Amino acid sequence: MKVITTDVLIIGAGLAGERAAIASAQAGLDVTMLSLVPPRRSHSAAAQGGMQASLGNSVKGAGDNPTIHWLDTVKGSDWGADQEVARIFADNAPIAMREMAHFGVPWNRVEGGPRDVYIKGKKTTIVEDFDNEGLITARDFGGTAKWRTCYTADGTGHTVLYAMDNLAVQLDINIHDRMEALSLIHEDGICMGAIVRCLRTGDIMAYMSKSTAIATGGYGRLYGESTNAVINEGTGSWLALQTGQVPLANMEAVQFHPTGIVPTDILVTEGCRGDGGLLLDVDEYRFMPDYEPEKQELASRDVVSRRMKEHILKGKGVQSSYGEHLWLDLRHLGEQHLTTKLREVYDICMYFIGVNPIKELIPVRPTQHYSMGGIRVNKDGHAYGLKGLFALGEVANWDMHGFNRLGGNSLAETVVAGMVVGEKIASYTKSAELNAKVTLAEKFAKEQTDLIHHLMNNDGSENVYAIRDEIAELLKDHVHIFRTGENLEKAVKGLKAILGRIKNVKVRTSAPGMNPELSQALRIEGMAKQAYIIAQGALLRTESRGAHTREDYPARDDKNWLNRTLATWAVGADEPAFNYEPVGQLDLPPGDRGYGGGQMIDMDLTIEQYNAKVDAEQTALGKHPTSEPIGFRIPKELWREESPYKDAK
Amino acid sequence: MARTLTFKIFRYNPTKDNDEPHIETYELEETPRLNLFTALHRIREKQAPDLMYDFVCRAGICGSCAMMINGRPTLACRTLTSDLSDTIELYPLPFFKLLGDLSVDTGVWFHDMAKRVESWIHTQKEFDPTALEERMDNATANKIYGSERCIECGCCVAACATAQVYPDFLGAAGLNRIGRFLFDPRDQRGEQEWFELVSTDVGVFGCIGMMACDDVCPKDLPLLEVFSYIRRKMNSGVQVAVQDLELS
Repeated sequence: MKVITTDVLIIGAGLAGERAAIASAQAGLDVTMLSLVPPRRSHSAAAQGGMQASLGNSVKGAGDNPTIHWLDTVKGSDWGADQEVARIFADNAPIAMREMAHFGVPWNRVEGGPRDVYIKGKKTTIVEDFDNEGLITARDFGGTAKWRTCYTADGTGHTVLYAMDNLAVQLDINIHDRMEALSLIHEDGICMGAIVRCLRTGDIMAYMSKSTAIATGGYGRLYGESTNAVINEGTGSWLALQTGQVPLANMEAVQFHPTGIVPTDILVTEGCRGDGGLLLDVDEYRFMPDYEPEKQELASRDVVSRRMKEHILKGKGVQSSYGEHLWLDLRHLGEQHLTTKLREVYDICMYFIGVNPIKELIPVRPTQHYSMGGIRVNKDGHAYGLKGLFALGEVANWDMHGFNRLGGNSLAETVVAGMVVGEKIASYTKSAELNAKVTLAEKFAKEQTDLIHHLMNNDGSENVYAIRDEIAELLKDHVHIFRTGENLEKAVKGLKAILGRIKNVKVRTSAPGMNPELSQALRIEGMAKQAYIIAQGALLRTESRGAHTREDYPARDDKNWLNRTLATWAVGADEPAFNYEPVGQLDLPPGDRGYGGGQMIDMDLTIEQYNAKVDAEQTALGKHPTSEPIGFRIPKELWREESPYKDAK
Repeated sequence: MARTLTFKIFRYNPTKDNDEPHIETYELEETPRLNLFTALHRIREKQAPDLMYDFVCRAGICGSCAMMINGRPTLACRTLTSDLSDTIELYPLPFFKLLGDLSVDTGVWFHDMAKRVESWIHTQKEFDPTALEERMDNATANKIYGSERCIECGCCVAACATAQVYPDFLGAAGLNRIGRFLFDPRDQRGEQEWFELVSTDVGVFGCIGMMACDDVCPKDLPLLEVFSYIRRKMNSGVQVAVQDLELS
């Protein structure tokens, strides 16, 4: 077996992975990145709308600062976020945007003088400050007090990923693409690399490293109907889960984006509504102001998706052969706007559904989009339970998003986490030793070659694609926007039955090389187990918070559920174990989000009592010591002084 | 009345002993708004479990799925079968290394291209995290984005007559990348550096102007405009070099 050694092994070469790789390369370390696909094809490239950072250069962002960004993020999370991590993020986001400008991103810039925009359905003239001409501008996004989302037209992920990969090429970072990590090599609580399958040759090899970071993106494809790329099948979170030692957190927190197009489920960006797009029903009536008079179409994604579904259930959906949908109206924005700032959206509509958004309405419905849950890490990005393992980006639960992430905050997270966690990985690696125990690598490799042998040669007759589709059906039918105990029990029961059938999956072809059916079969146990954790976690969480909406428990219950779900799956166990930890130290007390309605059950602890238990309870569940004490980065109660909503838009 | 589509697909697995390139035929019932992403998955999942091809975003954004569709290089994900004849011929892109069936190694070629054209901002300036960003006018940003939109699908190179003859030719994608950095005021490469990079027969002077790249580019990049800009720029580069010579 081929064994490759490196200081830092990064699994996943999207934005988070590449930025972390750059941090280690700049620290003089030998870095190797593995990726299922060439880095520029990573799903980061598909992000359209932009990245939130409180630069405050546009007149509609005037007065913005990291505190306001942080407040929006915590409220958006429905208080499920780790407020300190949200702080680290909001404080560093402006630096990250400027750094990306330095690396070559052609951000759209402020143009001084008047221009016409649409705000809350009305055409309005705003006057940009000539003093800010040429600085990075921003557009409006949901759940924010200011225009804060930096963008390059509607190809932001693409330009940021290309600038990042350019730098990776310049630094000559090793990139091994078409490689799939199958398991982590670990012993005595220390991670030492990964067993990897080459998707060109089918060869199994070992990468041994001082530190390993997982940055593989989300698990949206478990739902089948998802805006996610086809590679987002939870492969990275499965690497962590199968060790039996690393918990996955808040897996039931799944985001549904209001505007997936029908059919095909391809995303059109929140920037459509940020730039003035409206949601209409079967009567072409604009319904959102009736539900959300303040934020209207630009409430947070969980709220808009819920309202859309609610409106459809009232009989106001548009019937189609692909099920019911609503309309997104961009016609009033005009040809010039749609063929420049929203040109990728224009292309998608024209090519995929034959709709010309200049003249026609776009059929949309809420569609699975983002995984708030993921590998639980501490604020340094260090995974619970296994030393030397890090995770960042969508695959991680860092956790700045809690139970709902704001649009524009995930693309920004990739780069900020890449900077912040990237530095922690580099400093950890510098004091770590390379323990290239080949016998250990061989033991882990044998598990995979045995599994491959089993998949090719067993007597079962289960078809891997049929099982994949059954998992998706169960999640779609029972663990979607509105959840009930009864439906969730059906999902859990169904997934349990599927788990029992996994061992009978039989790969029909023994073709050497890529063998796509074998690739799918190697992922299916991880997909089934993660789906089970999503469903079971949702069943256990008897409250409604952010994107997790229980019709039978409509209140946000801060008394019992101001916590984070942690699921581990012991090797050989029939089912996962669930534990709960405090969300992190609180600074902004739980309160009303200002949109979305809903009831609240107040917590019965004081903030001080809650904060006092955070460190010990998290440590008991596997949190490693952090480079700075818990709470260190929170400027306590600064938000009171800055009174940020005073002159909000 | 739904059509029955006939797919004639190039098959060859280079990792398999004694395999020979050949064509296999599959039939599939057409459904409304069927695209080749869905069609190929249906064929793979029901009929040909070892069929190799590449999709990632399936939204025309990532550039993975370019292939020859009835003789023309384009993105499979956004090609609707309703725009095609009853018989659909699928071949891998030429020029790139074949990995198997419809899958080619565009990633390695584009990585190599990025190295050759030094596809990064050349600057002596250090990033200062405490300073405001350098200003840029929005028109310049838009112009850069116009070329930056390339998704590295490889259609332009696959369609290029020069590239088939000179494997080192940078192709439209490479020249477009050079244009992207020429437009960018942050890149401080001088005329001479550009001249040495571009003014060779694997650079801009290798192009014989048939512009198939422009016809097939799925992103409608302004390739004509970019090439003429580079050529004009290189002409002025020659003049600068000649003047330098006269002065010395």
